[in-house]
Amino acid sequence: MAKHRDDDMLDSVSKVKLTASDYVIRGIGYVFISLFAIACILPFLIILGTSFETEDNIITYGVTLLPRSFTTAAYELVIKGGTIWSSYLLTIILTLIGTGIGLFICAMTGYALQRRDFPFRNAISFFIYFTSLFQAGLAPYYLLMTQTYHLNNSYLAVLLPLMISSWLIILMKNFAKSVPHELTESGKIDGAGDFKIFMSIVLPMLKPGLATVGLFLALGYWNEWYQSSLFLQNMDVLPLQYRLYKIVNEAQSLKNSVAAQYVTVSNLPTESLKMATAMMTTGPIIFLYPFVQRYFIGGITVGAVKG
Amino acid sequence: MTAINPKKPVPYSVSGSLRKKLWNSKTLILMCVPAIIYFIAFSYAPLPGIYVAFVNYNYRKGIFGSPFVGLKNFDFVAKSGKLWMLTKNTILFNLVFLLLDNALAVIVAILMKEIQSKSFRKVSQTMMFLPYFISQVLVGLLVFSLLNSDTGFLNVILKGLGAEPLRLYKTGEPWPFIITLVHLWQKTGYNSVVYFAAIMGIDAAVIEASMIDGANGWQKIRYIILPSLRPTIVILLLFALGGIVKGDFGLFWNLVGRNPTLYQKVDIIEMFVYRATVSDFNFSTASAVGLYQSLIGFILVLSVNTIVKKIEPDYSLF
Repeated sequence: MAKHRDDDMLDSVSKVKLTASDYVIRGIGYVFISLFAIACILPFLIILGTSFETEDNIITYGVTLLPRSFTTAAYELVIKGGTIWSSYLLTIILTLIGTGIGLFICAMTGYALQRRDFPFRNAISFFIYFTSLFQAGLAPYYLLMTQTYHLNNSYLAVLLPLMISSWLIILMKNFAKSVPHELTESGKIDGAGDFKIFMSIVLPMLKPGLATVGLFLALGYWNEWYQSSLFLQNMDVLPLQYRLYKIVNEAQSLKNSVAAQYVTVSNLPTESLKMATAMMTTGPIIFLYPFVQRYFIGGITVGAVKG
Repeated sequence: MTAINPKKPVPYSVSGSLRKKLWNSKTLILMCVPAIIYFIAFSYAPLPGIYVAFVNYNYRKGIFGSPFVGLKNFDFVAKSGKLWMLTKNTILFNLVFLLLDNALAVIVAILMKEIQSKSFRKVSQTMMFLPYFISQVLVGLLVFSLLNSDTGFLNVILKGLGAEPLRLYKTGEPWPFIITLVHLWQKTGYNSVVYFAAIMGIDAAVIEASMIDGANGWQKIRYIILPSLRPTIVILLLFALGGIVKGDFGLFWNLVGRNPTLYQKVDIIEMFVYRATVSDFNFSTASAVGLYQSLIGFILVLSVNTIVKKIEPDYSLF
């Protein structure tokens, strides 16, 4: 085999000669992937740039990557308005409680359902799985939540429906399968009960599964706007994304989002306020996701196809 | 071993063995109880409410006190042509989505494999993953900021080139394309992960051998990578077919849901049901359309699963 240049060291197939078409494909790869990756973040950069632009410039010149005159006025307005912090607090509380409880239930159920010595595992698995095969639909669900459970204008209407899903239990079940069965057996021999075994032996081994399922749950709570749009229409304090939803779609909500004493309605910087609110409600995700994305990738590959 | 092995015959009478099974696995059963209660409360409890599809719903009388009208609610949406239009749109969008989604994801995964620099690969993968993590509300705002005719990015560029601004929020025609593009933009980073993992799983020796035999880059893709991705592609496509009457509601709603000029061109079943429930409080019509969707979806998933079971039993859902 001919020796070639330095980049061979990085080649997964290093000992073989690359043909011209290999280099063509590689070139296409670099160009295409670069363009696509830039396209994926460009809209965010535009929102970010515009959030620091003055309202007059936005009206005159449109949205922008680089503000012509840098200002933090829109952010100051959002922060002075004050109510965004209650939305933050609400979203954080919902995310923590929902993820905590949901994660525990998913882990407990997922572990029990993969135990080969659990005679009811198939029956219960199907009972849970069936809920993803056939649903009642929105109208019966809406009537049940509002007329029977009386959850209209209650934060429970957001907290509860996002807590567990059959998909997350199946995902957790697949993770639990990778914990060696011998550990359960040795726990039994030591005389530990099933719950004790789960809590003290299995749970510490389930960390990758807990991280993955927990992050899916947390992302679901943080980005929630749908249940809110059904059940929280008249609440004063709204989850962050539903707050953004209202500010984007309803002029009145935009006005209400900033305290009246700081600004008169006529000179309200509508566009930059939307952008600043968008950045503030999404900021934590943008900062955190690069560090946790590998858990999502793990979730996709573990739970992609197989139920 | 103290536990019952279900494969071994148990030397008790049937009822006795069931009682013993229950007793021996009481802790495991209790561990499943919170989830079981949860699914009863939020997934099974709404099922009787499907009856609202067969009544003329009256708020005071409740679902079961309202007058029974048989299939009238179904007739109403079917005869107006609405049901057919919604079904057609939903299925067409999903067909386009599943074909383009998977094609683009495969292309991205193959090209990603060609990239040798690890840091380049990592950074670009992270960038492509960003749209997956944001809420559909923000997607709606992003698209509006790009496309609106007053301050939108596209029109800023068009103006700079001296061209007329496009009034995309005034006409429904371009929205099928815009929605498809945004869908691809949002999902490709996520979708390509599965294919990338499958490509990385190909034995490097096989690729090396092909290159020693003189295979060029295109032949390598055509005869080694694509065939080894085939099972994954087939399975993912089949399961996507099972969900072909379910829409990407959040995307559609946040892009066009509040603008009748736009959504009439791209209306899907879920948007209709949402409007009928939340805006019109027309629970009977909403439920009729919802039930129609659930039934078709249910039949499709069962059929797909039967097919998958035949070709690749390991991947069947149940």
